[in-house]
Amino acid sequence: MLDLTPDEWTAILLSLRIAVVATLAALPFGIAVGYLLARGNFWGKTLVDGIVHLPLVMPPVVTGYLLLLAFGRRGPLGAFFADYLGIVFAFRWTGAALASGIMGFPLMVRAIRLSVEAIDQRLEGAAATLGANRAWVFATITLPLALPGIIAGMVLSFAKALGEFGATITFVSNIPGETQTISAAIYTLTQVPAGDAAAMRLAVVAIALSLMALIASEWLARAVNARVRGD
Amino acid sequence: MRACVETDVLSFTATKQLGEFSLDVAFEAAAGVTALFGPSGAGKTSIANMIAGLINPDRGRIVLDDEVLFDSSGVNVPPHRRRIGYVFQEGRLFPHMSVRANLLYGRRMHRLPHDDAAIRHIVDLLDISHLLERRPGRLSGGERQRVAFGRALLMQPRLLVLDEPLASLDRRRKLEILPYLVRLRDEAKVPMVYVSHQAGEIIRLASQVVRIEEGRVIANGGHELLDMRAEEMAY
Repeated sequence: MLDLTPDEWTAILLSLRIAVVATLAALPFGIAVGYLLARGNFWGKTLVDGIVHLPLVMPPVVTGYLLLLAFGRRGPLGAFFADYLGIVFAFRWTGAALASGIMGFPLMVRAIRLSVEAIDQRLEGAAATLGANRAWVFATITLPLALPGIIAGMVLSFAKALGEFGATITFVSNIPGETQTISAAIYTLTQVPAGDAAAMRLAVVAIALSLMALIASEWLARAVNARVRGD
Repeated sequence: MRACVETDVLSFTATKQLGEFSLDVAFEAAAGVTALFGPSGAGKTSIANMIAGLINPDRGRIVLDDEVLFDSSGVNVPPHRRRIGYVFQEGRLFPHMSVRANLLYGRRMHRLPHDDAAIRHIVDLLDISHLLERRPGRLSGGERQRVAFGRALLMQPRLLVLDEPLASLDRRRKLEILPYLVRLRDEAKVPMVYVSHQAGEIIRLASQVVRIEEGRVIANGGHELLDMRAEEMAY
């Protein structure tokens, strides 16, 4: 097996923690925005759609810089979160989770939006005639039928978070044990002499994690699809 | 227009513009089975949807059992509070739930107490007890419609609206299902509005016929309004 050093383990576990937290924290927002974009008909919908997709088209370094301005210690949002909620983002792993969550957000929203759009709305009408109010229709019909898309969105967001580099390093730097993810560690190792072997080990780990996420999502999608299709 | 007499269960008046198509309809339905009869495209499904509250008239008034469900002066009871069972042409069973969960959905949403006897009665009436653990995806068209009847009935509706419930079935299946509908009419005692373009089905089920063409009621009466084509006489 790979002989990983404690520092390398730290980077791997940190990456996983950041990716899991980023995905779970983004999920409720992803469902809300995906649903709104699929079903909503409101003024400024195109604008919301554009803003959600910005991280996909902007240079990641720009996203990281904007996050630094907004969520830095003296940034308006950063000060609010620190003072009232006790959450500090700047140069912390939480900041890395925020950055990678935002970078993966467009992918998550897109998958959820498409799956909500694919739902037969007549089923929701049928549920209404059976006595379900809007909240129950959402909970018992819309959400379960959108589950394949929600899972796909989570996997995409997780994979994006695992690989995120530009926005994260700009926003929270590259601090071993705090913000140094696998990607950042590989980058650092390629900058020093004799770092090749360690960089290769981490690269193998990164590839293995991505493949595992892919296989898990395939398996989940198949199980959920069978459920939803009613076979 | 006939005045609303005491035995009328449903009083329906509505106008609606749907693109090029204009609907302007008024009729009363008594207890028992009232058929909305007319060719496809006459606006029958729109009327059914308005009764259930899935679409709203531009102007009009819908009264069920003395409760105003809709009035363009400002009353509009949402569909989930109308308690009108609706059987759709294509069943619309929830694909992610078992037949049992489909059947109990309306009862759960209405917080009706669990009533094994009532459930067994309907399940036996429709011969679906062997399907309870299956998913809708594994049912035949006829089985699916029978489950849809059960689902609508089990929530104890005040009125049952059936929109061409047999139209998606082939002739053999239709003949197989009709007796269940006759049984429902005679045993469940729920007033029904039965939408169909098939005179043969209506003659078996309904006593009152409202004939609709191009968005207007052209006649309201009994079986004499049905023009039977030879192929339909076979029912």
